[in-house]
Amino acid sequence: MSEKFLSLEGIEKRFPIPGKEDYIAVTDVNLEIKKDEIIAIIGHSGCGKSTLLNMISGLDAQTKGAILLENKHVEGPGPERAVVFQNHSLLPWLSVYQNIEMAVKKVMPQLSAPELRDRVEKFISMVNLEHAKDKLPGEISGGMKQRVGIARALSIQPKVLLMDEPFGALDSLTRANLQEHLMRIQQNVKNTVIIITHDIDEAVLLSDRVIMMTNGPEATIGEILEVNLPRPRNRVELQSNPEYIRCREAILSFLYEKFAKDDE
Amino acid sequence: MNSEMIKKTVLPLLVFLFILQVWSGIAHVVADFPTPSDTYVAAFGGINEAGDEMVGVLSDPFYVNNQDDKGIFWQIVASLERVFAGFVLAILVGIPIGLFVGMSKSAQYALNPFIQIFKPVSPLAWLPLLLFIFQDINMTAISTIFITSIWPIIINTALGVKSVSQDYMNVAKVLRFSPLEKIVQIILPVSVPFIFTGMRLSLGIAWLVIVAAEMLTGGIGIGYWIWDEYNNLNYHNIIIGIIVVGLIGFILDIVMGKIADYFDYTKKGRA
Repeated sequence: MSEKFLSLEGIEKRFPIPGKEDYIAVTDVNLEIKKDEIIAIIGHSGCGKSTLLNMISGLDAQTKGAILLENKHVEGPGPERAVVFQNHSLLPWLSVYQNIEMAVKKVMPQLSAPELRDRVEKFISMVNLEHAKDKLPGEISGGMKQRVGIARALSIQPKVLLMDEPFGALDSLTRANLQEHLMRIQQNVKNTVIIITHDIDEAVLLSDRVIMMTNGPEATIGEILEVNLPRPRNRVELQSNPEYIRCREAILSFLYEKFAKDDE
Repeated sequence: MNSEMIKKTVLPLLVFLFILQVWSGIAHVVADFPTPSDTYVAAFGGINEAGDEMVGVLSDPFYVNNQDDKGIFWQIVASLERVFAGFVLAILVGIPIGLFVGMSKSAQYALNPFIQIFKPVSPLAWLPLLLFIFQDINMTAISTIFITSIWPIIINTALGVKSVSQDYMNVAKVLRFSPLEKIVQIILPVSVPFIFTGMRLSLGIAWLVIVAAEMLTGGIGIGYWIWDEYNNLNYHNIIIGIIVVGLIGFILDIVMGKIADYFDYTKKGRA
């Protein structure tokens, strides 16, 4: 388990700006992620955390460095690195069922019709959406859409689940509800997860390690925090847990003392 | 019946009565201009103001005397056939071009100037050239309609393709869709409402143009019929022709709108 699963080696991303010097968004990012580990990446807006995730997903290419998944170079996007997008990105003309089916069908073409149906339904029930499976995305709430997004991403059996501020667009109650969903799923099916967030509680609650990014330009990893909290975690009990408080304070001090940002 | 319904029926009726008044006024001032009642008799048969018994244009629309003398139904059928032939051709050619222009920046740069230049040209300007090429009335009319219809279809299809959100394309990338899968599973469903908007515009313009085109080409068709009635001094039939053309255009637009709604995912599932 401790062997290298996903590693980022000397990652840099520069964007050319015509007539000016290149903008270096992130630089010198080195990180090793173990299998089944949950990593939260936190930082202020513009710290390049989404850029970093896009490079891991392959939607964006790094300008320097290498990303290795199971010792293989990552090139371009692929279903072994499924993405849960912030705005869910469900196809609005397909029902909940069809959205997941489309992904499974494409990634697992060998499945027979009953196997396909079983698989799609398994992931729909994993996020408790049996009652809404024939609804269109436009007919369900934002939180439900995001659950479909998670189910779709997990249904294609990714090696890494990449979540780009997955709950950022939701209200705090819905967000808490989805965090519970995610923890419960993770309890049953182990996944390697990288979650981008700007929410300190979310980072501590969900992850095994919190990666704190310095401010851009030329953002890089500032500190890495181990979250030594047992699972399953209960958000109410955690409030008074010394380790939880330690983690929160460490992130707070990093974000608001060492790398404070005046305005967004 | 609620007040909204009453307004919807009574107000148009008032306008209709006003139009009849104006029409009668014109008929009074302009010598030989058909009165509303004369026009009614000409349309549905009866005895006109001069005391002559008449067979109505609309009460016997199916007659065929000879190749050059057919009832108004056959004139309309001939026009509709040409419109649909040109329209279908424009769809078959226009949608692929639109997809291409929408998906490829290079295609857009290459074709856009020509689309912008040819789009505002009245299709009738092409007509002499097409007549010279085909030496055939039907082919000329159909190709005129083709040229008329193709621009809105190309432009709206391309617009639809451009409206595909990057988020959907990211989903396609993660799932490693082939270019064909991207078109079928993502680009077309997003573009369909736009394509139908283009088709609806096209059909509307095509129906406008066919009347004028047929006046120039002659032979058969509602446009030719109207012009022929002018030459025969049957002015009341011109008015009947105008109303019939208007009604058919209205029906075409409604049918096209219904078909468009059927394929528009944004209008589905909003019970």
